[in-house]
Amino acid sequence: MILIKNNTWVQIEKIVLKPEERTGNIPEDTKKVPLRMWVKGWLQADAEMGQNVIITTVTGRLEGGLLVAVNPSFTHNYGDFVPEIQEIDKIVKKALYGERHG
Amino acid sequence: MDKDNSYQSLMDRKNSIMKTSVGIDYSLYETGKISFDYEALMTENGYPIPVIKSIQSTHGVGSTPLKEMRNLTALARKYSAPGFGARIFIKDEALNDSGSFKARRASISVYQAKKMGYKGVITATSGNYGAAVASQAAKYGLKCIVVQECYDSQKIGQPEIIEKARACEAYGAEVIQLSVGPELFYTFLKLLEETGYFNASLYTPFGISGIETLGNELIEDCLRLTNRLPSAIVVTNAGGGNLTGTARGIRKTTTKKIPIIGASVNLKGLHMASDRDFNKKSFTTGHTGFGMPYMTNPDRSDVPRSAARPLRYIDRYVTVNQGEVFFMTEALVALEGIERGPAGNISLAAAFSLAQTMNENEVIIVQETEYTGAGKHHQAQLSFARANGIEIRFGNPREEIPGRSIILPSNPGLIKAMDVDLDVIRKSLIRNAVKDQTKLDPIDLEFLAQETNRDLPWVKAELKNLGVGWEE
Repeated sequence: MILIKNNTWVQIEKIVLKPEERTGNIPEDTKKVPLRMWVKGWLQADAEMGQNVIITTVTGRLEGGLLVAVNPSFTHNYGDFVPEIQEIDKIVKKALYGERHG
Repeated sequence: MDKDNSYQSLMDRKNSIMKTSVGIDYSLYETGKISFDYEALMTENGYPIPVIKSIQSTHGVGSTPLKEMRNLTALARKYSAPGFGARIFIKDEALNDSGSFKARRASISVYQAKKMGYKGVITATSGNYGAAVASQAAKYGLKCIVVQECYDSQKIGQPEIIEKARACEAYGAEVIQLSVGPELFYTFLKLLEETGYFNASLYTPFGISGIETLGNELIEDCLRLTNRLPSAIVVTNAGGGNLTGTARGIRKTTTKKIPIIGASVNLKGLHMASDRDFNKKSFTTGHTGFGMPYMTNPDRSDVPRSAARPLRYIDRYVTVNQGEVFFMTEALVALEGIERGPAGNISLAAAFSLAQTMNENEVIIVQETEYTGAGKHHQAQLSFARANGIEIRFGNPREEIPGRSIILPSNPGLIKAMDVDLDVIRKSLIRNAVKDQTKLDPIDLEFLAQETNRDLPWVKAELKNLGVGWEE
């Protein structure tokens, strides 16, 4: 296993409420799964992936949970090409300017 | 001694946590069995418009441009009877620091937190408001925590919400991401108690009064640009704060009656607390899943009494479908050269339809836009929908089934704002308000008349239907 060094920026995960602890007033599909939480912060001691660890968050809080990501990054993007979007351009330009833009 | 943080124990401490974290003793405003003094709550805890303007203008908020959408207006006129097709204007709120009108709400909440000596602010939101609070907190040197409902139980997130997490982090906030469920409120309360930070709720008088400047600017901008008052203002409606604050600002600026039209995306049939439905919707705000419950029960929010009370101000409520909003978002890019986020264009889609029923000399204003970017973009959201098995095609938007299909209009003339019967919503508000009551006080009747914007005989008739009595 690779050791993740103290002070590394990581993401942890923890179960806030188990299925049996959840409020009664929610749909069945939600009641079957736990309420999960993800938080990022600096690791407080060397640790391995999947271990229970403590982190310090950017506001200085301590939070504990399973180590799930190291240097977690955002990978959201503009998605796959959606050809219908080009079609919308054609429709509105043709409607406004006539066939020459069609 | 460690406090008992079980779900029930923490919920039982809710009122005291709220009092400490908002700095308002809401019990002072309770008047009858169900009523409270809304105007006193607003006046004693809000700020006058000139003060708000000054706070906002020194913190990158407000004075956004009102822009005429000449090409969209021309397009709408292609589908209007001769002489019809009102001039469409948009208030480009995306140009506030942090990219949406939510900066107006955040600017006053965070100002208040700083003034009262709090070390930080917390807000529970998956929307633009998180980035707005984080941005303002950065300006005031306050710490900030944003609690988001972000993922389903498989850790698959809405691209739009993930982008907002990124923005919050970029502005220096700690982001707590949760899976689906209303118990987000439990985590939120626990953090308020643990940190002693200010509750920068969307629903305090501070947040709502921050939007009053938007109503004020709409009227002043419109008079300056067109020499006339708007015939309608279309407001995207979710929790009701945007509509409430805008309408209050308008009333403080002109004595003339300006019709306020609320618009939401129709997500009928999708359950907002369902883990399975979470990623089946393509709008995470501005939809009926928030619009309806918050209108019929405004106090379901995260403060004891919500300052957002849309039924007091709304004149007409319409819905549009997801496909219509995505279509208009692209039409805005193609014809006006402005790329903006889809959620901000809900009221634009409605206005495009409503303008066709109005005289061509009239002015209709779309009261906000929002920023766009990776994740928060119609291509990202349509692509995500397709990956989640949602059918996307051209056709008649009326055939759209939320969670199953997104129907893009095959021609712009098919975009139609659909009216919602406000009296049904008003009756539902009364039913919710009196559900534990058998006999009301006279002041409660006055309150219900204000809450529903109806007269006393109408309220009494509805109470009779519900079998609820009152003291004369």
